[in-house]
Amino acid sequence: MEFFKAQHIVKQFANHLALDQITVSVPEGSIYGLLGPNGAGKTTLIRIINQITAPDSGELFFKGNKLKSDDIYDIGYLPEERGLYRKMKVGEQSVYLARLKGLSRQDALKKLKVWFEKFEIEAWWNKKVEELSKGMQQKVQFIITVLHEPKLLIFDEPFTGFDPINVKILKKEILEFKDQGATIIFSTHDMGSVEELCSHITLINKARTLLEGGIDEIRKRYASDEYEIGFEGEANLLTATLSSQYKILEHKKVNGQSIVRIKLQDSFSTNDILKSLLQSGKIVSFNEIVPGMNDIFIRVVQEEKTIKK
Amino acid sequence: MNKVSIIIRREYTTRVKKKSFIIMTLLAPLFMAAMFVIPVWVMTRKDTDEKTIAVIEDGTEMFKGKIPGTKYLKFEYLENVNLQEIKGNFGELGYYGILHISPKVTYLPGAIQLLSNKQPPLDITEHISNAIEKEIERLKLLTYDIEDLDEILKEIDTDVKIQTIKISDTGEEKETSTVIAMGLAYISGILIYMLTFIFGAQVMRGVIEEKTSRIVEIIISSIKPFQLMMGKIIGIALVGLTQFFFWILITFIIISIAKSVLIPDISAVIEQPLTENILSSSPVGQTQVSEIQEMSEIQEIFSTLGNIPWVTIIFAFIFYFLCGYLLYASLFASIGAAVDNETDTQQFMMPITIPLLLGLFVAMGAFQNPESSIVFWFSLIPLTSPIVMMARIPFGIPLWELGLSMILLILTFIGTTWMAAKIYRTGILLYGKKPTYKEMWKWIRYKN
Repeated sequence: MEFFKAQHIVKQFANHLALDQITVSVPEGSIYGLLGPNGAGKTTLIRIINQITAPDSGELFFKGNKLKSDDIYDIGYLPEERGLYRKMKVGEQSVYLARLKGLSRQDALKKLKVWFEKFEIEAWWNKKVEELSKGMQQKVQFIITVLHEPKLLIFDEPFTGFDPINVKILKKEILEFKDQGATIIFSTHDMGSVEELCSHITLINKARTLLEGGIDEIRKRYASDEYEIGFEGEANLLTATLSSQYKILEHKKVNGQSIVRIKLQDSFSTNDILKSLLQSGKIVSFNEIVPGMNDIFIRVVQEEKTIKK
Repeated sequence: MNKVSIIIRREYTTRVKKKSFIIMTLLAPLFMAAMFVIPVWVMTRKDTDEKTIAVIEDGTEMFKGKIPGTKYLKFEYLENVNLQEIKGNFGELGYYGILHISPKVTYLPGAIQLLSNKQPPLDITEHISNAIEKEIERLKLLTYDIEDLDEILKEIDTDVKIQTIKISDTGEEKETSTVIAMGLAYISGILIYMLTFIFGAQVMRGVIEEKTSRIVEIIISSIKPFQLMMGKIIGIALVGLTQFFFWILITFIIISIAKSVLIPDISAVIEQPLTENILSSSPVGQTQVSEIQEMSEIQEIFSTLGNIPWVTIIFAFIFYFLCGYLLYASLFASIGAAVDNETDTQQFMMPITIPLLLGLFVAMGAFQNPESSIVFWFSLIPLTSPIVMMARIPFGIPLWELGLSMILLILTFIGTTWMAAKIYRTGILLYGKKPTYKEMWKWIRYKN
C-alpha cells in the first residue's frame, strides 16, 4: 500500500516551472530517495509535501486519504536550509519546537531527555545554540525532527555538513526508524547512501520525473549484460575461447588471475559462457556488473540532455 | 490558535527577559517625568546669581532710576562715561551687561542695546523693555497735562492672565491649560511615532533573525507562515504594552512624588491673601506677590493635570498604538522576509518611513492649530492618523471624526496585513537575492 502519494504535481514560479506533472508513490515502510541535480525541483516537492507551499495543481494523499493540515503532526521534516535561534538555549528551544509539533511540555521534556542521553549531549541543555559546533547543532535539529515520533520522516540533504562519524550515527538512526515502521523520504546527492539505504527512488531533472521505482529493479533495467570473470589458468586460451562468441571489453591480470569483462551477445545466456569456460581452466568468480546509482544518475541526466538537443 | 499562543509566548518572554528591555522600561519614565518636572522645578528655582547691568544714556537722564531692580537684578546708572571705554574694559568691570539707551528711543523704539558677553535670558530683556515702555508711556501721557497722573497710573495698573476653560456641550466647565494640552499632544504624538518605529523594527529584525539563522523552515513545517508572522507581531505588541504600562505607572509615581516635594501644601498660603492684594493697592511687597503667583501657576499645572481626561487619552493611545503598530509591523515583517540581512532593508524602509515622518510633521502643526484642514485629513488617513490623531485628542475632538479615523485604521491594517502576509510567505524561503518591488508585487498576486 502507498503510504504517501503525490499525483501530477505542478508548481509554477514567476520565472520558471519548478515541477511539471510529478508523481511519486512512497510505499509504507520504505526509504524513498529523491534524486536529481541541483535545481531540479526536489526541495520544492518536499516543501509541497510538508504543506509549506501549495501546488498549482495535483493531489497529495497521506495514508490513502487526501493530505490535510493536521497531518503535519505525523510528519517530521529536516529541511536543507536549517538552523536554530542562536541566542536561545538548546533545551528551551527544543521544547519550543516540539510544542509547535503538538507535544505537551511534559511529553517534550520526557522525550528530549531520552534523546539527549542517547546522543550524550545532556550537558548542552543550558547552553546557547551559538556556543555549539555545527555538528552539535545538527544533532539537536535531528532530535527535534524525530522527537514527536512521526510516521513519515522527510530529510532534505541530511548528510551535508555532518562529519563521517555523525553520518554513520544518522544512518543508523534512519534505519532504526525504518525498522520501527516509519516511512522515510530523503533527498541527497550522495549516491553511496542511496544504494545503502533506499529501497525506492525517483530521479527528477528539470522539473520532470526521469526514473521512478524500486532501486533493484531500476539497476537491473540499466544492467547492460556485462559480466566479470575471474579465471586461473592459461589466459590466452581463455581469450581465444571467448572472443569467438563474446565481446571482450577488458582483460587484465591481477595477482596471477585473469580478470575479463565481457558483454553478452543477444543469442547467448550466462550458462553458455560458463559451459565454454569450464573446459579452459578454473573459474574463480563470475559476476554480473550492475551499474551503480551514480552511473545511472549521470547516464540518465545526460541522455535527457542529448535528447533535448 | 493554540500554536499561535506558543509563538506569542516565546516572542514575549525572550524579549521581556532581556536586559535592554528592563533598562528601557525604567529609564524612559524618568525622562518623561523630567519633561514634566524640570520646567516646574526651574520655575521654583530662579537664578540666584546677583547680576548688575550698567545703564548708559547718551547725554540725558531720562530713565535714571526708572528701571526697577529685583532681588537678583540690579541696575547701575553711569553718568558721563564713554560707551567705548566701558566696552573696552567690560571684562574687568564685572557687569553682567551694558544697557545703552539713546535719546532717540522716544520716537525710535529700537534705539536700545543690551551688550553682554552672554545671551541674556528672556525674562531680563522683557523686564527691561517693560520698564522702558512704561516710562515712555508715562512721559508721553505727561505731555497731556493730566492732573494726578501718577495716582491714576497706579490705579489702572493691572496684570491680566487668561484662564482657558473648556466646556462640554452641556456647559460643564473644566479648567484646562493650552500649554499642558500641547505638551500632552506633543508627547503622545512623538511616543506613537517612536513606539511604532521601535517595535516595528523589532518585528523586522525578528523576521530577519529567523530567516538568516535558517530556523524559519523548521518552524513553518509545523505552523502556517501567517500564524508565525501574527504570533511575532502580537508577541511584540504585548511587549510594547507591558512597557507602556510600566511607563505610565512609574511616570505617575514620579509625578506624585515630585508634586508633594515641590509644592508642600501651598494651597492654604495662596487662597486668602491673593484676591485682596490685587484689589486693594495696599503696599504688599512686589516680590511676595510674584512668588505667590508663581506658586499658584505650579499649583495650576498640577490641578489641570488632574482635569485632563486621562482615561480617554490612555485608551485612545492604546488603540492608536496597537492599530498603528499592527499596520506598520506587518509591513516591517514583509520587508524582513524579503531581504537577507539588515543592510538590505534601507531601500524598502523608505515607503514606511515617509508616511510616519509626514505624520510627525503634521502632528507638530497640530499643536499650533489643531483645527486646520490638513491636520483634519491627516488624522483620518490611516497611515498618519495614529500620530496626528493622538496629537489632536488632548485638544478635544468630535466623536464622529474619532470613530471614522478608527474604522479606517482598522480596515487598512487588515488590508496591509493580508498583503504583507503574501510577501512574507514567499520571501521567507528565498535566499540570495534582493527582490525588486516588481517581484514583490508578483508575490502578492500568487495564489497561496
